Amino acid sequence: MSIPFGGYASPEQIMRDRAEYARKGIARGRSVVVMQYADGILFVAPNPSKALHKISEIYDRIGFAAVGRYNEFESLRLAGIRYADINGYTFNRNDVTGRGLANLYAQHLGMIFTESIKSFEVEIVVAEVGEAAEDDQIYRITFDGSVFDEQGMAVIGGQAEAVGGRLKERYSEGLPLPQALDAALAALTEPGGERPPVTQIEVAVLDRGREHRKFLRLTGSRLEKLLEAAQESQGGARQPAAEEAQAEREQAEQAPDTAPPIAPEGDIDTGSGE
Amino acid sequence: MASQPAWMNSLFTYTGSSSFSEFLGVHAPNLLPARNESLAAPVGDEIPHATTIVAATCAGGVVMAGDRRATSGNIISQRDIEKVFRTDDYSCMGIAGTASTGLELARLYRVELEHYEKTEGRSLSTEGKAHRLATMIRGNLPMAMQGLVVVPLFAAYDPSHDTGRIFSYDVGGGPYEQREFHSIGSGSIFARGSLKKLYRENSSPQDTVLACLHALYDAADDDSATGGPDVMRKIWPVVSVITADGFRRLPDDEVAEFVESMLERRMTAPEGPTAPLR
Repeated sequence: MSIPFGGYASPEQIMRDRAEYARKGIARGRSVVVMQYADGILFVAPNPSKALHKISEIYDRIGFAAVGRYNEFESLRLAGIRYADINGYTFNRNDVTGRGLANLYAQHLGMIFTESIKSFEVEIVVAEVGEAAEDDQIYRITFDGSVFDEQGMAVIGGQAEAVGGRLKERYSEGLPLPQALDAALAALTEPGGERPPVTQIEVAVLDRGREHRKFLRLTGSRLEKLLEAAQESQGGARQPAAEEAQAEREQAEQAPDTAPPIAPEGDIDTGSGE
Repeated sequence: MASQPAWMNSLFTYTGSSSFSEFLGVHAPNLLPARNESLAAPVGDEIPHATTIVAATCAGGVVMAGDRRATSGNIISQRDIEKVFRTDDYSCMGIAGTASTGLELARLYRVELEHYEKTEGRSLSTEGKAHRLATMIRGNLPMAMQGLVVVPLFAAYDPSHDTGRIFSYDVGGGPYEQREFHSIGSGSIFARGSLKKLYRENSSPQDTVLACLHALYDAADDDSATGGPDVMRKIWPVVSVITADGFRRLPDDEVAEFVESMLERRMTAPEGPTAPLR
């Protein structure tokens, strides 16, 4: 992959290398799930850190989730807050939209991808909660600036495809919060694996029923109660899935990096190409 | 892209503090309420002025209330202006003086508090909030000298002390922490005199709301720029209560009940309740 100095590399090759580099970095972390539930949008991220968030509020109706390199997505998060605050202050609070923010991120990431030596190793989700479930928007933006308008749910980072597959099985429209959280945690847990304890997950919602600012971080006893409710809702409904789980486990074993470290804490790629 | 505003280029690269107004000051100073242009002549009375605000602490929180009148000299320019604003979950501010600058200031201050909270992942301390407002008022000093005076009153529930706190300001900034109660604006002298007699330490939020409404009534009684409750048009004072449960602006029908009980009392005793002498 290394190109001797002064040698020729085709643009295709350069882009491919950059994309591969970014994808590797992003797949190293754990996945983050963003999904609709009955009253809004739910964010769930395995994250042992209380201070280094992967999920954040951007504006009244807009939330942000990211995977990859912490310093890179943190700079994106701060820029998004500045963008939203300055627009809301210049015009009006409801003139700040998720679409505008997604476009800003797409432009910036696209520019970095084509112009910088190293692209950002991040994947982000911008979610906006609307007046009704039909107005909810979930945008997924990749390291190269591509924007995907996701329907109902989005999974980024880690083994995104496997997690997304598991989430799809359990997802349905208008799930109550405990059930939605249960589905998200089940999707984030490898088949047969243990669910992360309450201290190891970061959960937040954009609740359309709240006044002023819709974003709410769920922590402490509130989250514990919700998890208990989620356990109960799980009930005995998933016994027949055992065989399925076995099959999935075999599949997962074939995939590399089955126990990847968490992005902000784990090894950070130094770019030395080891 | 030459047409985009200059701040667009700074969104991703700014490494300054978590203050929104500082970011504006560097990259978009035209958006700040404070300007350095000097006016040809002081505008003084010609633009609308917001008047009386009162605040008093109660058991486990603080109450702030403001009348609804704005005046330009001897003219009533608006009957239903709102001068008490929620600034975050645990604080609010009232404004007296130049209404336009005050509204803009309140809007900016709300973003300022939120911006810090979102970027840092925690709320400012109550003192931090009060100091931040002082700096913003000081920034308006050149305009104040031209007659565009705006003075806020800041009230907050302090979770670390579990009490309500009140901070006042002058045109040069502040803050001056006030104990128990305070008022600002043209009718403040009368309102404060009234509150002095009616305020009871650690009384319930409901009683404190009633005391504040009496104080506003007394201010409206003696100050032409302060509006009393408008029974015909059903325009009631703006009343907000902040406790551990957060900021709550009382809905109109709830304020109407308080006002009606107060007016009923004033029917027989026009000067309002009297304080015991002995």
